Amino acid sequence: MDKNLAVYIWRHTSRQQIWILFIILLSMPTYFLSLDLPKQIVNGPIQGDGFNTPDAQQTFLKIVLDLPDWLGKIEPVVLFEGFHLSRFGMLMALSAAFLLLVVVNGLFKFYINTFKGRLGERMLRRLRFQLIDRVLRFPPNVFKRVKASEVATMVKDEVEPLGGFIGDAFVQPAFLGMQAGTALFFIVLQNFWLGILAAFMVGIQGIIIPKMRRRLIRLGKERQLTARQLAGRVGEIVDGISSIHVHDTSNYERADIASRLGRIFKIRYDLYQWKFFVKFLNNFLAQVTPFLFYAIGGYLALRGQLDIGQLVAVISAYKDLPSPIKDLIDWDQQRLDVQVKYAQVYEQFHVDQLIDPAVQALASKPATPIETPISIYNFSASDDSGARLLENITLDIRPGENVAVIGTAGGGTEALADAIARLVWPENGRISVNGADLLALPEAVTGRRIAYAAGEAHLFQGTIYDNLVYVLKHYPVRHPAYEGTLASQREWEVSEAQRAGNPDHDLRSDWIDYETIGAKGPEDLSAAVEHVLEAVSFSDDVFDLGLRASLDEKLHPAIPRHIVEARKALQTRLDEEGLSGLVASFDLALYNTEATVAENLLFGTPVGPELSNANLAANAYFRSILTQSNLDEALYRMGVEIARNAVELFRDLPPDHPFFQQLIFMTADEIPDYQALLQRVQDKPFAAISEADRRRMMKLTFSYVEPRYRFGLLDDGMMERIVQARMVFHDNLPDNLKGAIELYDPEGYNKSASILDNVLFGRVGHRHADAGDRIRGIVRAVLDDLDLSQDVMKVGLEFNVGVGGRRLTTVQRQKLHVARALLKRGDFIILNKALSSVEQRTQEQLVRSVLGEAARDGRKPAVIWVLSNPNLARLFDRVVVLDRGVAVEDGNYDHLMSRKGVFAGLLAS
Amino acid sequence: MQLRDEVELLRRVPLFSGVAPAKLKLLAFTSDRVSFSSGQTLFKQGDPGDAAYVVLSGSADILVNSQSGEIKVATLEPNSIVGEIAILCDVARTATVRANAPLETLRIRKDHFLKLLAEFPEMAVEIMRVLADRLSHTTAELSEARSELRRKTH
Repeated sequence: MDKNLAVYIWRHTSRQQIWILFIILLSMPTYFLSLDLPKQIVNGPIQGDGFNTPDAQQTFLKIVLDLPDWLGKIEPVVLFEGFHLSRFGMLMALSAAFLLLVVVNGLFKFYINTFKGRLGERMLRRLRFQLIDRVLRFPPNVFKRVKASEVATMVKDEVEPLGGFIGDAFVQPAFLGMQAGTALFFIVLQNFWLGILAAFMVGIQGIIIPKMRRRLIRLGKERQLTARQLAGRVGEIVDGISSIHVHDTSNYERADIASRLGRIFKIRYDLYQWKFFVKFLNNFLAQVTPFLFYAIGGYLALRGQLDIGQLVAVISAYKDLPSPIKDLIDWDQQRLDVQVKYAQVYEQFHVDQLIDPAVQALASKPATPIETPISIYNFSASDDSGARLLENITLDIRPGENVAVIGTAGGGTEALADAIARLVWPENGRISVNGADLLALPEAVTGRRIAYAAGEAHLFQGTIYDNLVYVLKHYPVRHPAYEGTLASQREWEVSEAQRAGNPDHDLRSDWIDYETIGAKGPEDLSAAVEHVLEAVSFSDDVFDLGLRASLDEKLHPAIPRHIVEARKALQTRLDEEGLSGLVASFDLALYNTEATVAENLLFGTPVGPELSNANLAANAYFRSILTQSNLDEALYRMGVEIARNAVELFRDLPPDHPFFQQLIFMTADEIPDYQALLQRVQDKPFAAISEADRRRMMKLTFSYVEPRYRFGLLDDGMMERIVQARMVFHDNLPDNLKGAIELYDPEGYNKSASILDNVLFGRVGHRHADAGDRIRGIVRAVLDDLDLSQDVMKVGLEFNVGVGGRRLTTVQRQKLHVARALLKRGDFIILNKALSSVEQRTQEQLVRSVLGEAARDGRKPAVIWVLSNPNLARLFDRVVVLDRGVAVEDGNYDHLMSRKGVFAGLLAS
Repeated sequence: MQLRDEVELLRRVPLFSGVAPAKLKLLAFTSDRVSFSSGQTLFKQGDPGDAAYVVLSGSADILVNSQSGEIKVATLEPNSIVGEIAILCDVARTATVRANAPLETLRIRKDHFLKLLAEFPEMAVEIMRVLADRLSHTTAELSEARSELRRKTH
């Protein structure tokens, strides 16, 4: 990137700029002709100049090659004799020529504008890419002071006007300048004094207006700065929302935002005022000139010093003059504006110690393993504030050894792990691998041979699987084969990317580096994924996520059939073990007490809004069935009872009371409404109740589950009537509702329900202790028997982790990070308090299984684990102890214990 | 069994006998009805305490681990509450409780129980009274056991 915008643009687009200038030059003669023609039309056919007799004729399109005298005295050569036309014919011919010129001018403009647009967009693409490329190459400490959202707005919004400008950078002034010059030249040709007058007015416009606009630019800069800061603050609020809640600082934040908005408003308002004033002045100056032309030009015409045709041509030429001038002034303002923006962006993205592009160069070969020790030599590092993190650390990490790093609070253990992962850069000293500085090694070596996971775990939005294999996406390994339109599409992509200076790597390739982890292809990979998930005991979580997910049949066409088998196997199993009471299965002829009243009436899962709980009471067909089965009033009465109970229980509680979580069918805000409703309908016969009130009461009934709420509202007779209504409902289901419900079918797979619900085909009983956990265990066993667990796991791996992985718990995120660090099969695995959120009791078992997985299949990577719990250090070959950034002890566990130094002290505390 | 029957039963638990029926109904509503079959464990000694149980019907054994295996220290009868200590003072379960017959319980979750105590001081006072009563009993038993021990060793 160049510091000067014009140089930057010229460097990348000089050839195109010259081409477009050439085209503009080419367009000038037709432009000039189109100015000259009106004069000929008015003076010739209209005014009758040269048509003195009615049948007088003139020649049209006579082309004569008339060489200047200094080339030698040669008679003019007539190339084309032209047509002889009458006065009317001449008028038509000249008008047609005018039209032709208009079209040619228009086409020139069209070509020039498209060309400029493309040029600008390509440059914008190049610039944006370069900015992101720089972000990818920033040294780690930069990220402590830049706000993510500010960088994002700079790349997204602030460089956008640059794109529009780049196409115009050289072309616009040239084009407009020539245009204005041509028009001015034309006017001067017609009448010298009018030309001088026009030039004078244009001069005033060109000098005053830009001066006034300087203020606009300054205000614009302020606006940009404040808006960017606002974006930064909004980003901070979103990221730090929990801090705001727990400290009751929301009103402080409101005040801050309000004052920022106030400032932005003031700047913007000033901007508007000034802008419209400048506009007014500009328009005034532009309009005064024609006045002078009419007055002075008219006077000259009256005196006979100027013919009418010339006057008309001058005025119409002048019409074309202010707009290029105005555009030129606009261009100049835009130039200053984008210059400032570019300078700011340049400054923000111009940091010292940018990582050399060679370090990140794409290496499309597996990296050679690191088989020598990583040597840390006299390594010192500080944080932003200058506080020392590490002080003269010298140690070797040998291949294949398991090292526990333990430290006192603020001991610098995390910084040490970060240093080996190149996330902390040295102030003094260095880390070297086989004699080479770690920081100078290509990331293709360190990023593939060193694995790293930290406790502060950030994930990209995507599925669990995407996040796992993310660590293997180093280069496009397998290129897809393209045919037909896809091939030409790909060709276009490549050529466009190259023109804009972007890399042309294909995102649709398979980027997963199977070879490095010793896998042959996707099949081996899924086995490896299973191993690492098992090692961090994340498999069960993934399995549960799979169970709770509904299935995408396109991705897994075979699973539904197997799930129906599993359903039957589960039934048999529950019967055999005498646990059939755990699940109340759906049976078309029976009321399911563990399901809601609505579920029992519908006996199916609603698809779409028509039959959802909220709209059920309003559905005409459904209500007609209720009336037919005489359930209308009964269900309404039940609703009244439910409302009565709920109001009695909850009316004294504040609306934000946690108990309201237990109240599924009503929200806290609805309590007073229902209280009023109860009074309104009290003692009224059913017939006198309005339809809206009936619906509101019935809505409560639909969510009612007797064993859960225990209000004692469902007796056997009622249940039987509901089952009968269900039959009627199914038998007469109209066609337009067939798509709105998926009926429970013992032999079919229900697409709208989760896999678990499909296996259960019923509801887990509310009353059995730990029924949910027990059922899940049994379901797992059944699916294992049928070899279906892997399929469910696959569905679970497709779970979307949400922004930053927020749909997973902290522990799950940490486990996922460790799992993928293991998946990479690096030679050095650095785990930086990577499982710190895991419960103390399970930590030891996890550490063991992770160490075991790292060493699976006879591998022997070095594991460097920063532990928060010193007790676990005994599981490692070697323990390094840090105290205030200094490595104070180093040796095996027993040796350090016997020394009774810092480590023994840490263990005792 | 319906909510109002549960309220009746709760009233017979000494801990709750002084609490207004409306509050008891809320307590019952926010609690889960959980059944255990004979031999099933409610919780194990050493587990973190997350809920207390009120026995509605059936009975259960309270067992304590010792070197010679589990020792039964008491039997739970209907209308008694178990596990409340662990949820009041955040200690691990001090004993294992296992149903010895089909058992019906109300499972009162820790956060709900604490919330109720905070909201209704009369309930807190009642609980304090019962716990103090229990403590004085335990103290009396302890001193009796000590003097017994002293008599035997002399």
